Amino acid sequence: MSNEIIKGPGWILTKLEWLINWGRKRSPWPLPYGTACCGIEMMAALASGYDMARFGAERPSFSPRQADVLIEAGTITKKMVPILRRIYDQMAEPKWVIAMGACACTGGVFRTYSTLQGIDQVIPVDVYVPGCPPRPEGLIYALMKIIEKIEKDHPLYNKAKEFERSERGCACS
Amino acid sequence: MQLKERIMRCLGSDVLAITEYQGDIVVEVGKNRIRTVMEKLKNDPDLSMDFLSDVLGVDNKALYEKAKKKAKKKDEAEAEEPKGPPPPRFEVVYLLLSLKSNERMMVKVRVPEDDLEVPTVTDLWKAATWPEREAYDMFGIRFKGHPDLRRLLMWDEFPAYPLRKDYPLEGQGEERILIYDA
Repeated sequence: MSNEIIKGPGWILTKLEWLINWGRKRSPWPLPYGTACCGIEMMAALASGYDMARFGAERPSFSPRQADVLIEAGTITKKMVPILRRIYDQMAEPKWVIAMGACACTGGVFRTYSTLQGIDQVIPVDVYVPGCPPRPEGLIYALMKIIEKIEKDHPLYNKAKEFERSERGCACS
Repeated sequence: MQLKERIMRCLGSDVLAITEYQGDIVVEVGKNRIRTVMEKLKNDPDLSMDFLSDVLGVDNKALYEKAKKKAKKKDEAEAEEPKGPPPPRFEVVYLLLSLKSNERMMVKVRVPEDDLEVPTVTDLWKAATWPEREAYDMFGIRFKGHPDLRRLLMWDEFPAYPLRKDYPLEGQGEERILIYDA
């Protein structure tokens, strides 16, 4: 398929993008990164009572290569940052991040030298879930928001733009 | 016989001060005698303090300054001006337990700031290895003869001692010295 076809929102392009997004949004495999009490709430959301698997988050993937959504549930200390960064970098595109709970969003009550004041200092975050800890409904709502975000995505159009930029020799991506 | 008397009989002249408050006994000993004292406490049949529950560091800096400030306020008549030079800044406190008689005691060593070194007790109690590493990590107190004196809680390149009283709670941005290999 030449590059000219995927320029602007043509009919074929939108239908193709709709198909890709449809596939992606119905299988947001999570990578559970539970470090504290929020991890327990995340387990509850993944277990039979709340059953996140209803929305396609069927397999909690502990391997970053097979995961789409990084659920960062819990406090991140500064000593832990390199590991979190490595996990995020190892995840294959496309990837999304949920910052679950007050600690992951802002550092929460731990305003100290040892705690990272929000994971958005290190990795990009798509959805923030407030609460200490948030109920499993909160996490499931965040997953709904991720799904909405995927629905609005333009994977092919963005790829074409990226390709154009690289052809022009622009270093910015 | 009471625990206090037994301790006095066992240690004798090594005791600089002994205080009892709410049933807790604190024995203060000199820095150079700590090894001998600990061996005596462990091996004495009357005491047999065979379990070391923790080793702690204490920073006294703020306490002394607070007492001075209080004394300067005229309206507080009860506060006494602390006499003499300030006490050594740091303390190392050993918490001991006798598994035989279920009695507890504390041993305190004062450590001056210009000579932050205490002999280790790791060869008497193996349990001392991690608490001593923690005290080194948080206060910078070195333990002479420790088999593996590294930081325990913070990462190796961390440039400060965070539990000292002159260290700000929110840190000084040390994560800049955290090496990312991403």
